[in-house]
This record gives sequence, structure tokens and C-alpha cells, in this order.
Amino acid sequence: MRVERVTKRFGEFVAVDEVTLEIERGEIFCLLGGSGSGKTTLLRMLAGFERPTSGAVYIDGQDMSSVPPYARPVNMMFQSYALFPHMSVERNVAFGLEQERLARAEIRDRVAEMLELVKMTPYAARKPHQLSGGQRQRVALARALVKRPKLLLLDEPLAALDRKLREYTQFELLAIQERLGITFVVVTHDQQEAMTISSRMGVMSQGKIVQIGTPAEIYERPATRLVADFIGNVNLFEGRVVESVARGNIRIACQEIGEIEVSSREEGPEQASRALPLEVRPGATVWVAIRPEKIELSPAREAPGGATPATNCVPGRVREVGYRGEVSVLLVQIPSGRLVRVTCPNVGGGVGPRVARDAAVSLLWHPTSPVVLTR
Amino acid sequence: MTPFADRTGRRLIAGLPTIWLVALFLIPFLIVLKLSFSEMRLAIPPYAPFIEWRHGWPVPALHLSNYAFLFTDPLYVRSYLYSLRVAAVSTAICLAVGYPMAYAIARASPAWRTALLMLVMLPFWTSFLLRVYAWIGLLQNDGLVNHVLLALGLVHRPVRLLQTDFAVYIGIVYAYLPFMILPLYANLEKHDPELLEAAADLGARPFRRFLRITLPLSLPGIAAGALLVFIPAVGEYIVPSLLGRTDQLMIGRVLSDEFFENRDWPVASAVAILMLLLLVVPILLLQRLERRALEAPK
Repeated sequence: MRVERVTKRFGEFVAVDEVTLEIERGEIFCLLGGSGSGKTTLLRMLAGFERPTSGAVYIDGQDMSSVPPYARPVNMMFQSYALFPHMSVERNVAFGLEQERLARAEIRDRVAEMLELVKMTPYAARKPHQLSGGQRQRVALARALVKRPKLLLLDEPLAALDRKLREYTQFELLAIQERLGITFVVVTHDQQEAMTISSRMGVMSQGKIVQIGTPAEIYERPATRLVADFIGNVNLFEGRVVESVARGNIRIACQEIGEIEVSSREEGPEQASRALPLEVRPGATVWVAIRPEKIELSPAREAPGGATPATNCVPGRVREVGYRGEVSVLLVQIPSGRLVRVTCPNVGGGVGPRVARDAAVSLLWHPTSPVVLTR
Repeated sequence: MTPFADRTGRRLIAGLPTIWLVALFLIPFLIVLKLSFSEMRLAIPPYAPFIEWRHGWPVPALHLSNYAFLFTDPLYVRSYLYSLRVAAVSTAICLAVGYPMAYAIARASPAWRTALLMLVMLPFWTSFLLRVYAWIGLLQNDGLVNHVLLALGLVHRPVRLLQTDFAVYIGIVYAYLPFMILPLYANLEKHDPELLEAAADLGARPFRRFLRITLPLSLPGIAAGALLVFIPAVGEYIVPSLLGRTDQLMIGRVLSDEFFENRDWPVASAVAILMLLLLVVPILLLQRLERRALEAPK
């Protein structure tokens, strides 16, 4: 599947702006973005409900521009599920096969097989309004999958489910995808969901794809401040590059956290060098992004107002402690007045978070942890 | 409000319409029912009293002769059947004409929708009688329709349009079309366009989408519209009297003739009661539909 320089305008409004994208067979590709980022419009163009203003969509090398939705080898699972309210579960799932004018026996077999797959066989005779949200979701999935599309489009497939069910269904969706080998394109605004299910994801903002990569790449190496902030939590500090030091390390002077050193080398055995942005030259303005879980807490080393601060170390005072069970989220106020978000796992056997409110602490991090962003 | 005042208020609100219905519908109906079992008299009032005194005892006088009479004279049976046929054909035409109109209104942009609905209801602003008279002007031998047909050379002498079934259909369809369009519109407007997209996505072409999705989902609207046209059309009086045939009367006309020309109130009442019985089935159907529409899950 290939999307080539696709643009969609509604009047003056540019919903999708020159998006180019390639999706491999068997992939689960997530389009992640806030509301109004153009992700659903892009999905609707893949399904054929909207025509691109310019650019083209290719499926297996075939230009889909003039192919109507009913003739595309693509099926969609709607956010509202769009189940036919006057048909039973079985008739809903059979609908797509009936349009292909298949033999009745074959339709029956394939519908039965699909209902089995989504564990809805006992409910085959029910009408949609007699089902729970989770059951409807399965029927919608079965109805879209039964036609064995080359591409399955899922618009916020789990948004209507409650949290526990959503997590369970994520893994189930993965299992089904693996079994059938169908390419999934999933639109979601839930970054947790996108990270869990996708093999690769594209982050969309204002009609453009800002970054494409595996969930780990996007989380660990966000391309822009916007991506860093949208995916997970991040502490951002503005600074200026001071100098490059040995082995690709650079020193950055930040107003709020002092001078820090950032390494361009990965941790771990491979020692792969990670590319720092090309524009990073002495004097350039950059942003340093540090994830809350990469900051380590230690008891304050020096008395307040002590000696010169060490590199990659900032004193602070714990202002808020949010106990979340597996982790605690701390808001630590640093001398500049900024609240820095830190998460620390609640290891050990004690009850409650390890750090108390108003404790004086030092924030430390490894030189490889921060990400340097130029945009 | 105190609970007492609250309860009184509620009783008042529920009570007023009840009194209204009892006084203006139930009591007249019972009077007509009573009349249909009495005997005609050339007197004032023109019927025998309901209670007869025999040997000093009051006995209700239940005469079924009026009903028997309806079946002995073929005039009545034929009028009933004719009325049912006219109503059925008119309903079918209303559906055929009204469905596309309702569909188009439901699909129009909100601004257009209001304007189009306004147009549908506009005829109600003038008197129904006046509008039917207008049709006489259009359909008569030197009326507008014939003028146009002659001018176009389609016919060489005026076609007789008035006093035909055709004129009755035109009149009834014209008069009752809004009753078909409005419930259909109310139904079609609620359809989720995503269902049609889902059907398209699953491989259904436009016509199949209509057959498999839109049409079955609009069945309640069709039924409501059809009954709203059919029920009054069976008893329609003005349209067939002014535009219709003189050799075949609809039951509404027969009814009024019995009352006012023959002054046979008992037979006229029997005609009315029988017509009501004929319509009970569709009326009950309509009620059930309305109840189900109220209970339907969103």
C-alpha cells in the first residue's frame, strides 16, 4: 500500500497535506494524532469514501483513484461500528459475502468460521441492539474481516470500550491479525493503544505526517518537540549548544538545568551511534527532552545553596507525589521554579511511595537519556 | 408545589383531554352505535327510541336489520370495495411520489431542508375545499390541462378528466401527499449515513444499498405514511364528490346521502360503524407501530 503526496482540501481547509506513506504487507500501521489532525480523512481516502484533491493511493501497485469503495480490496471497521440494526449478527457478517454473489454454502461456512474466530457463535441470531459494546465491536471486526481484504482499516476500533476490555481486546486484535496476516491500518488518538498494537506508526498533526517509525523509535527518538510531547510525557528544556566534545558528545547550556552533556552513543552492547540532528552546531538553539522515567532521584547531595552544580544533575524539592501502584509520579520543583515530572517504580516491600513530599532531592540522568531536538 | 397541589395539577392535565375525548369522540360514537341498531321513523328525530316498553318493562330495541340491509343492496358493498380500492391505489401513488421526495428532503442541506419542508406544508395554509375547487378549474373540459394538451397537439378534442377515477386519484394524492412525506422524512432523516458507507465498503452498489439498507430501515415510516393516507382516504368525501364519478360513489358520499338525502339515520349509522370496523385493523396496526417506534432503542 502506497500513499503518494496525497492532499485533501475541504474548501479552504487542508485536512490532509501532501502525505506520502508506504505500508508493508502484514503490518499493523497506526495513524496517531489528535482530533482534527487529518488521520480519519486519510483513512477515508484509503477506503474510497473521499477522493484526494491531489495525489494518489496505490494498493498492490494499482492506482485506486477511480475505484469506488465497493470495488476496493479494502474493508473498514467504523468507529461507530455501523452495524446494520435490522439484521442479525449472522446476516451482518454475511452481507459482504452476499455482495460477491458467492454460493450459499460457502457464505455459511465462512460466516461460521469468522464468528468462531471472534467468539460470537452463540450470539449469531441476535440483533445488534441486544449486544454489549464489546460484542458489537467483535461483530464489526468479523464483518470487515470475512471478505478477506488486502487491507483492513480500523477507525478508533477500541475507543468505545472501557479500559479493561480495551487492553484485552488490543491483544486479541494482535492475535487475529497475526493469524490472518491481513495488513491493518489503525487510526487512533490513544498513544498507549498505538504503541501496544502497531508494528510501525505515523504521528499526524495538522494534516501532515510528522514522524514515521516503530513505537520504540518514536518514543525514544522523537523527531520534534510536538511528537515528544504527544507520545508519553516529557520534560523539555530550552538550551544552546556550547561545544562538541569527544566521541560525538555535546555540551548544552540550559538556563533552567545548567550545562549538561549529551552522548550520541546508545547504551547497550551494540554501541550504535545515534544520530544527533545535523543542525546541532555550537550556538544553535535546541531543546533537550528527558522522559520522566529516565530521571533518577537521589537524596540531596549538597545543602541548598551549595557549590557549583554537577553536570546532568539538578537539585530540587518534591512538590507532589502521585501514587499509581506500579509507579509513583513525582513533580519536583527545580531552582528555576519549573516542575519536573519524574516517575519512579515502586520497588521494594514498603507501603506507598518511596519519596516523601517536600523532600530535598537531586535529579540525575545518564548522558544518553536526553534527546536533542531542533524543532 | 405541595404534593396535594401537584397531584391536582396532574389530574387536571390528564383529565382535560380525557373529558374532551369522552365528550366529543366517545359519546358521539356511542350515539351512532345506538342509532345503527334502531329503526327508521318518518318523524323527528327520524328513528325509533332505543328503549321500548313491553308489558311495562323497558327492553332495548336491538335491530340488526340495518346491517342486514347493507348486504342485501349491492350499492353498499360495491361502494365499500370501491372506496378501499381508491384508497389503496391513492396510497400506492402517494408512496411512489412521496418516497423520493422525502428521501431528497432528508438528504438536502439543513437550509434547503427547512425550505423544502415548508413547501410540503404550504398547501395547508389555504382551505382544503378551495384547493379541490382549483382542481376542477384545472381538469374541466376547457380547463388548463386540456388547453395545454390541445396546444401541444397531443389531443384534438378536450379529454374528459373530471368525474373520472383519474381525477379522484389526483385529488386524493394531492391532498394527502404531505401525510406520506412527513413521516417518511422523519424516518429517513434519522438514518445513519455510516450504514450506507459500511454497505458500500462491503461491496454493495448504490441500488443494492438502497434495497438492503435504506428500504428495510424505512419500513416503519412507509407503514405510518401509508396508514395516514389510507385511513382518511377510505372515508374521503369532498374529493370524490367534487371530482369523482357520479355512477360509482365512495362510501363517504353514500353515508352523507343516507343521512341528509334519505334521512335514514339508522342505516347511515350502520354504514359508519361498518366503515369503522373495516378501518379498525389498519388503525390498530398504526397504533402498534407508534408504540414500537416509541420503545425502539436508539
